[in-house]
Amino acid sequence: MAIVYRRSKGLTDVETHYCPGCTHGIIHRLVAETLEELGVLGKTIGVAPVGCSVFAYDYFNCDMQEAAHGRAPAVATGIKRVLPDKVVFTYQGDGDLAAIGTGEITHAAMRGENITTIFVNNAIYGMTGGQMAPTTLVGQRATTAPLGRDKSHAGSPIRIAEMLATLDGAAYIERVTVTSPANVMKAKRAIKKAFELQLEGRGFTMIEVLSTCPTNWGLTPVKALEWLNENMIPVFPLGVYKDITKKEA
Amino acid sequence: MAKELWKGNEAIAEAAIRAGCRCYFGYPITPQSEIPEYMSLHMPKVGGVFLQSESEIAAINMVYGASGAGARVMTSSSSPGVSLKQEGISYMCGAELPGVIVNVMRGGPGLGTIQPAQGDYFQATRGGGNGDYRLIVFAPANIQEVVDLMQEAFELADQYRMPVMMLLDGMIGQMMEPIEWKKPPVSPDDLPEKPWATTGTKEGRAPNIINSLFIDPEACNVHNKRLEEKYRRVIESEQRYETNDTDGAEVIFVAYGTPARLARAAAGLLEKEGIKAGVFRPVTVWPYPYEALHEVSLQDSVKAIVTVEMSTGQMVDDVRIGVNGVKPVSFIGQAGGVIPTPREVANAALKALGR
Amino acid sequence: MAYHEIIVAGFGGQGVMSIGTTMAETAMAQGLNVSWLPSYGPEMRGGTANCNVVIADTEIISPIVLEPSELIAMNQPSLDKFEPAVKPGGLILVNQSIVERKVQRDDVQAIYVPSLEIASELGNMRVANMTMLGAYIEATKYLKFETVVDILRNIFTGKKAHLVELNEVALQRGADCVNR
Ligand SMILES: Cc1ncc(C[n+]2csc(CCOP(=O)(O)OP(=O)(O)O)c2C)c(N)n1
Ligand code: SF4
Ligand SMILES: [Mg+2]
Repeated sequence: MAIVYRRSKGLTDVETHYCPGCTHGIIHRLVAETLEELGVLGKTIGVAPVGCSVFAYDYFNCDMQEAAHGRAPAVATGIKRVLPDKVVFTYQGDGDLAAIGTGEITHAAMRGENITTIFVNNAIYGMTGGQMAPTTLVGQRATTAPLGRDKSHAGSPIRIAEMLATLDGAAYIERVTVTSPANVMKAKRAIKKAFELQLEGRGFTMIEVLSTCPTNWGLTPVKALEWLNENMIPVFPLGVYKDITKKEA
Repeated sequence: MAKELWKGNEAIAEAAIRAGCRCYFGYPITPQSEIPEYMSLHMPKVGGVFLQSESEIAAINMVYGASGAGARVMTSSSSPGVSLKQEGISYMCGAELPGVIVNVMRGGPGLGTIQPAQGDYFQATRGGGNGDYRLIVFAPANIQEVVDLMQEAFELADQYRMPVMMLLDGMIGQMMEPIEWKKPPVSPDDLPEKPWATTGTKEGRAPNIINSLFIDPEACNVHNKRLEEKYRRVIESEQRYETNDTDGAEVIFVAYGTPARLARAAAGLLEKEGIKAGVFRPVTVWPYPYEALHEVSLQDSVKAIVTVEMSTGQMVDDVRIGVNGVKPVSFIGQAGGVIPTPREVANAALKALGR
Repeated sequence: MAYHEIIVAGFGGQGVMSIGTTMAETAMAQGLNVSWLPSYGPEMRGGTANCNVVIADTEIISPIVLEPSELIAMNQPSLDKFEPAVKPGGLILVNQSIVERKVQRDDVQAIYVPSLEIASELGNMRVANMTMLGAYIEATKYLKFETVVDILRNIFTGKKAHLVELNEVALQRGADCVNR
């Protein structure tokens, strides 16, 4: 029988703690495979966030640092400035990156920090139990927005990919999702491109991945995928928002 | 070696470079901005890293990353900025990362004033961040001592794998004094090996992980106990202090940093009035030299202990712990950027002696 | 040797700080102990600036000068502010060009230096502060002119080397004001 699924060398044997149907796991796999395929696992330092993916430091089979909530881009900056020849990435949720760490991510992008950020946007604070995130959709319920996010009270979702794409330091920014095999393949290509550009020293790269949180959305894994496609994508359109290689062509 | 006239802030930056530090992250704030300014000019000349961060929070987290990647690294700020660094300092302690943090203190609370003060003593010695952690805190009183201690600060940080704070006040940062570079510069190539650093596995070893999360309470307890044991070793080995004319003194001033100099001037005034006064100066305010202070206080000649601070009274708590009731302890201080005068200090001693 | 506690005060931009650093450098080169402490902060922007310099052959205890043995007052507000603090028997050097009044105390020595007039005669207004320093050195007689000139040589190098001589003349012209 053919092996249809092989665990990537980029992941350790530690069993992940993600809920059933959570797409964090798929995104981990895509990053791990990319690092393996590029042959850079031995020279990669990853930075884990605070959020559901906090234990990412145990899952990726490379050197890892665990950052304070939101500070991963600053930690990664410190690492990259000391070790410019290594591959450095951050893996961050939407609370981590788009709320408490907005300053750090914006300035890392502004500086054109030669790192790659994997931004997992699930429109919720997963780890702490489903509170409203800056990416929560208008009308979407959260434990701190029991009647749904009210625009007049809490504003509208922040679109990080679009925002960071305005910065000259950003080399490549794309929004993808992992709701279907085709989308997963696209996401993988995007992630690989981001790391390749980092290896070329082109500047800041970020892949925003729309991700599910069945647990806090109160949906089955399948329904969660549907909900994402139907509700999140219209607010967070998929696509490439910045690609410095395009200008040259 | 010839003496050179150096400004405190610039001397501390140069001393760091001479101590083999090749990595600085910081954010401007008075009265310490000469440190990042100096670094921005001189770090590139020695192939080092200088980066002006977007905030003090970012700076300390850059320090965290760079330290985790094995670099000898530092940051500096003044009081309000050091408040923002508390998060990162706590994480560095949890993850056992070395690094040097300079606080050139100004008056607070809040925005306070840019003039010299010592209101951050509790923050420095009790921890302004969360959790059970300690910093080695050096409190130099002159610029020669600033540069002498800088190398030691980096060495102790590496030795114990913990952050070390240089606690100065705005006056020491801004003033100039002649100094000598006593120790030869340290080459960054000669620094201790850091096998724990995240420099890439080269696929030849298990991944290194820099982390302060121990989600299982048992594991977190074990981690804390291990830190406690480390801090106990620091307490045993790293207390530093200086005494001036304390033998046979009638009154003993206890002060660190700038006030220690004022206390010595006050002692000079008292001497002219026929009163023998001495000064006990902690050079490390953590670990605090409690036993040494206790010894000095026990002398029969000593009638009063007077603590002098540029605050409304913080270190005086440690003085009371050290003296432990054997002699009366009193306090004289000014805050918010006002520096007590030697006359005020001498009068406080007279009052304590009942004269 | 006496324990010299000096305040140099004036407007920002009058070269107050560099009078102090030049004194400190000179004293250090003569093997004396020194400290130099500037005022810092918003007051320096357009307002008054001052520095405290302590010079002694014994250990310097505090760098803060509350009762100066010598005051160099580059402007009127500085004279107003610090004249009362000068130690009895002390010395006040007044920048006569812009200070409109005389020293009021009779228990101190007062020396007046027309710094701007001298500087304008020398064709470079920036040497005004050097005339004050020259007068100070002449009046107190513990710093050596040769050493100051050596220090100036280290400061003015390359294209600015010609300024050494000009500054030297300015120092001398200031010194000449002492015994007039
Ligand atoms: C300074 C600080 N504030 C708050 C928290 C609590 N906290 C932990 S995770 C989290 C939100 C994480 O949400 P997100 O980044 O969206 O990640 P997800 O769990 O959804 O993947 C919060 C608020 C913390 N750890 N530190
Ligand atoms: S809470 Fe949500 S984001 Fe977190 S693991 Fe579960 S499903 Fe995933
Ligand atoms: Mg989230």
